[in-house]
Amino acid sequence: MTAADATTQGGALLVFAILLPAAGILASLALGGRAAERVALGSAPIALVIALAVLVEVWRAGRPVVYVIAGLSPPLGIALRADGISTVFLLTSALIVPAAGLFARAGFATPPGAEDSRKAFAFWIMLQAISAALAIIFVSGDLFNLYVALELLTFAAVPLACVEGRAETFAAALRYLLFALFGSIFYLLGAALLYGAFGTLDIALLAERMRPLPAVTAAAALMTAGLLAKTALFPLHLWLPPAHANAPAPASAVLSGLVVKGSFFLTVRLWFYVLPALPAFGFDALLGALGSGAVVFGSVLALRQPRLKLLIAYSTIAQIGYLFLIFPLGSGLHAWTSDGWNGGLMQVLAHAFAKAAMFLAAGLLYESLGHDRIAKFSGAARVMPLTFLTLGLGGLSLMGLPPSGGFAAKWLLLRASVASGQWLWAIVVLLGGLLAAGYVYRILAPALSSDPVALKAPPRRAGEAIALTLALVAVALGFAPDSFFQLLNIGRPPLATAGLP
Amino acid sequence: MSASTIAGFVGAGLVGLGLYALIVNTEPLKKLLAFNVIGNGVFLVFGIVARRGAVGAFPFDPVPQAMVITGIVVAFAASAFAVALMLRLAEESGSVSFDPEGGMGVDQGDEDA
Repeated sequence: MTAADATTQGGALLVFAILLPAAGILASLALGGRAAERVALGSAPIALVIALAVLVEVWRAGRPVVYVIAGLSPPLGIALRADGISTVFLLTSALIVPAAGLFARAGFATPPGAEDSRKAFAFWIMLQAISAALAIIFVSGDLFNLYVALELLTFAAVPLACVEGRAETFAAALRYLLFALFGSIFYLLGAALLYGAFGTLDIALLAERMRPLPAVTAAAALMTAGLLAKTALFPLHLWLPPAHANAPAPASAVLSGLVVKGSFFLTVRLWFYVLPALPAFGFDALLGALGSGAVVFGSVLALRQPRLKLLIAYSTIAQIGYLFLIFPLGSGLHAWTSDGWNGGLMQVLAHAFAKAAMFLAAGLLYESLGHDRIAKFSGAARVMPLTFLTLGLGGLSLMGLPPSGGFAAKWLLLRASVASGQWLWAIVVLLGGLLAAGYVYRILAPALSSDPVALKAPPRRAGEAIALTLALVAVALGFAPDSFFQLLNIGRPPLATAGLP
Repeated sequence: MSASTIAGFVGAGLVGLGLYALIVNTEPLKKLLAFNVIGNGVFLVFGIVARRGAVGAFPFDPVPQAMVITGIVVAFAASAFAVALMLRLAEESGSVSFDPEGGMGVDQGDEDA
């Protein structure tokens, strides 16, 4: 037994991080619709405390927190490991899911005296299921366990996309489900090949035993392709715009802000933690190129969308593209790799908060105006200033203007690409920012005119406050101190050399 | 050629067939069947992996077999879920396609709101 597979102090916290939402799901199922809402919202503060406790424990120890399930160490058992990125992502999920939940009370609450509705029941249970699946993805140390978590995430996310029950949402959900299923079956095939080659699927053990074999190349290609389909990286993004744009606003916020990041997180785990010893195949450059394609393609399509929610969904495709620059810029043992690594992860966080805020704001606009057609926004900013402030602040982060998390992310990525002499990625980052400025301007410009506007309903103050808070977090990430980046690097493998000879 | 090798080729063949069916068919139900064909290919590969991992008194490595059982359960649940979605879609729109009502699924900005 090595140091990597013994339960450390605070390891039990990881179990609670998973068990809490899982217990919530069971309790909600048993108690019914009205209670499901209370359970989902009531357990959120506890989840936040657990996420903070894990973060403190990892920071204090300066190394990953480990829990070996049932005391059975890998390769036979499964280890849960939380390193720096796990804790930060756990915390992000513990903040965004309850924010979406609080926002959703207006649409999915069961008023006193009303019958329990299937819609509300499904929404609150699936919201908790997303928390549970993300928690497993962030802390699991076993590739098969992660496969199951990926499937759980899909099974939770697809019903959220079609919880409204309209024909087009079912079609979008079906397309989403099929993309996700093919993604996970290829991931599973890759996992089978890895198990066949090394006799374990534990991430730490695999990294130790990794040798360049043909089976490993095939497995890496299969698993990556599967994960890309789930992350909606261009050109496997077709399912995302209809699924995210037709879902109710709080569901879109979680789907766009968090769910696509789950499979991205796993891609990072695979390339930086399992396969760093794999020799060069140009995979990192390929992923960077696909990401660049996504940035340009998604942004240009976002510029052409007539509806706000579709615009935001296409913007998600573009912003996902930036994430994949972490592979060419964050791998290897160079002076610049920590910039690339920090920038890529900062982009995950900044986009999660900014995009969740923008989808919630789009939902508020839809409620108040009765539509989300950008051309008919004239004058809306005067009557809904907070909502448009949220869109503006979120847009600030998407564009990468200071001060915002998006700026910090893009600045770090730019620094890494300049320092490494990989100028192509710098051009992509700058071009993406310019295009983002274009589509954010498209939302704000008509709204700022002084035309009269008729509101169907006054904006919900509570909803506006939640969306604005998320946008402010995205901005505040721009002031992240050095210690935050040190946290991101705890447990990062020293030789993260994906694609190096 | 040993039985394991033949089984391995069959698994690979099933995955290939399923992938082909996924690409050429546009109907959701056929795509779901393609998923199941690929799934069976993958489970077969797991079976071979279990056979090759035999050590000592065990004729098979039990770990991949446990994984296959989990995988089959997950694939079954996924298929049931997909069929349920298709049934609901048929109920709501009268047909099962990714594009209900001839392209109205993704709102292209027609003045209908």
